[in-house]
Amino acid sequence: MGKSLFEKVWEAHAVREMPNGQTQLLIGTHLIHEVTSPQAFGMLRDQDLSVLYPHRTFATVDHIVPTNELAEPYSDPLAQAMIEELRKNCADHGITFFDTNTGKQGIVHIVGPEQGITQPGTTIACGDSHTSTHGAFGAIAFGIGTSQVRDVLATQTMALNKLKVRRIQVDGQLAPGVYAKDVILHIIRLLGTKGGTGFAYEYAGEVFDRFSMEERMTVCNMSIEGGARVGYVNPDETTFTYLQGRPYAPKGAAWEAAVESWRSFASDPDCTYDDVVHIRAEDIGPTVTWGINPSQAVFIDETIPTVQEGKTESDRASIEEALTHMKFAGGEPIKGIPIDVAFIGSCTNGRLSDLKEVARYLEGRKVKSGIKAICVPGSQAVSRIAEELGIDQVFKDAGFEWRGAGCSMCLAMNPDKLVGDQLCASSSNRNFKGRQGSPTGRTLLMSPIMVAAAAITGQVADAREVFDLLVPTASA
Amino acid sequence: MALEPITHVTGRAVFVPGDDIDTDRIIPARFMKCVTFDGLGEYLFYDARHTPDGDPCPHPLNDERFAGASILVSGNNFGCGSSREHAPQAIYRAGFRAVIAESFAEIFFGNSTQLGMPCITAAGPDIRRLANALENRPDLEVTIDVEADLIRFGDDAIPGEIRPGAKHVLLSGHWDPIQDLLDGLPEVEATTARLAYMRES
Repeated sequence: MGKSLFEKVWEAHAVREMPNGQTQLLIGTHLIHEVTSPQAFGMLRDQDLSVLYPHRTFATVDHIVPTNELAEPYSDPLAQAMIEELRKNCADHGITFFDTNTGKQGIVHIVGPEQGITQPGTTIACGDSHTSTHGAFGAIAFGIGTSQVRDVLATQTMALNKLKVRRIQVDGQLAPGVYAKDVILHIIRLLGTKGGTGFAYEYAGEVFDRFSMEERMTVCNMSIEGGARVGYVNPDETTFTYLQGRPYAPKGAAWEAAVESWRSFASDPDCTYDDVVHIRAEDIGPTVTWGINPSQAVFIDETIPTVQEGKTESDRASIEEALTHMKFAGGEPIKGIPIDVAFIGSCTNGRLSDLKEVARYLEGRKVKSGIKAICVPGSQAVSRIAEELGIDQVFKDAGFEWRGAGCSMCLAMNPDKLVGDQLCASSSNRNFKGRQGSPTGRTLLMSPIMVAAAAITGQVADAREVFDLLVPTASA
Repeated sequence: MALEPITHVTGRAVFVPGDDIDTDRIIPARFMKCVTFDGLGEYLFYDARHTPDGDPCPHPLNDERFAGASILVSGNNFGCGSSREHAPQAIYRAGFRAVIAESFAEIFFGNSTQLGMPCITAAGPDIRRLANALENRPDLEVTIDVEADLIRFGDDAIPGEIRPGAKHVLLSGHWDPIQDLLDGLPEVEATTARLAYMRES
């Protein structure tokens, strides 16, 4: 009987069964950032513990960094205190810190892959729920709380219960104008926000075989929005090609050995899964959320549901709560709703390929007057390459603000926030009430290209019509 | 070194209705600009408890009748979204010692258990029965019996389940695993030695 990648990685990293019945699992790679690590370092000090393997923890700063004020001290003293605390903790414990002056700073889930730190067959943890992103490489990557950050710092392990594995197989050919973001929004719409609880999601099928690494990352990133703490894609030639030559990737003879080992972690064809879901790529359209959780989504040519469409009492209450917050009427088309803000960025869609694809269509067009449009590259490296390619200029010419790297308006812990009940077309991952910094602010999740279409037309729009995306194009 | 076993949680309870109550709702991100968890309790459900101008608005946690409650009761998929431990920390620091809900999001559940704050699931109709009883008698004493998988209130009781692994660590006083993890360090070294990528280059 074959094994899934999840089982193989789990077995390779299982340290022992603990007296309480949980597994003590080795976490090979630990990523930290300024928001969820300071308290963990505080716990180490209080409990007189040290960092066991400093060379396996990597830090960056992303959530609180201002994107239009790059010099310190930041005008927000709390943000300044947080970056200084991280700097000090990394220096005290000998941890590599991709600080703002290194040219390598950025969103933790973008930095790990681009530095080649994220590798197949490994275990990764980070105090951030979008750590599932790293699963795109065939790693098992967990979002964790701060007490577990302490556990990993002190012991390089965590106490865990094994997850079940659901294979989500998407076969066929995505239509023009349908992107990785639409695939994951569609999966969450089908399986619900808690459908993945207790599961690791294995994404597979022809669509994932063809996807670039960055497209795979977009999908794995949002696993947690479907309730799955872990999501992954089996490693293949696309994975190895992406990693070769990156700063932390193995070199020379070690590279060959690593690739051979990585290949062996892929799920065996005869392995069994706890559940399998099949989706046809042709059934997926450009998707937009209309509510206050990521499963509340429709295709661009559909209408927003009415309360009566809820199947259960609880569904109806959820729809009503969402419509009230969003100030939408059930039954109205999603297309044509006027927006106030357009945001392109985040660990979901702030990578080079996202910005490149948008720039292809933005060239020669203008953001509609009155719309605030911002583009926040996911890392300094993304920003630098985009600038070398002239992509920044395309965005700026179109009327987008081009910002420094960080999480920015995905969760608005920096100065980039919605004001009042502004409606934001956003390439980020969460549409929760208040997520983008204003308690009454409203978020519509969609692909970057759909955000660009909304920015140009000033309303929720079908990117296929706005950009004339009728002819199939090569995968971005 | 075992901690205090958690066999029962007893106190008054408050029902915060709704499904998919996410961690941004529990503790909005702007209150996470801090380097300790101190003081988070006062920002629990801040945006749901205040108008945009910052005045208190109707919310179960603003209802005087439920002041001092130590058990939080809610709906499906409670604690979904971010992995921020700030969410269970805010709940704990606001005086709560257990959460009862129809279901919990994975990371929230683990974070809460590790704080020694049990998360108990109960069926929707049973939660409504408890919520009705609380509405009629806000000072009702509620007891969660961790071992017996039972939630008692007044003369009534409903089944309340805690996943076996979590139940075991609560009852045995091993809900914070740090000492057990440290005890495994010799095996950690052995596992590390088998993995090429763990070597210091």
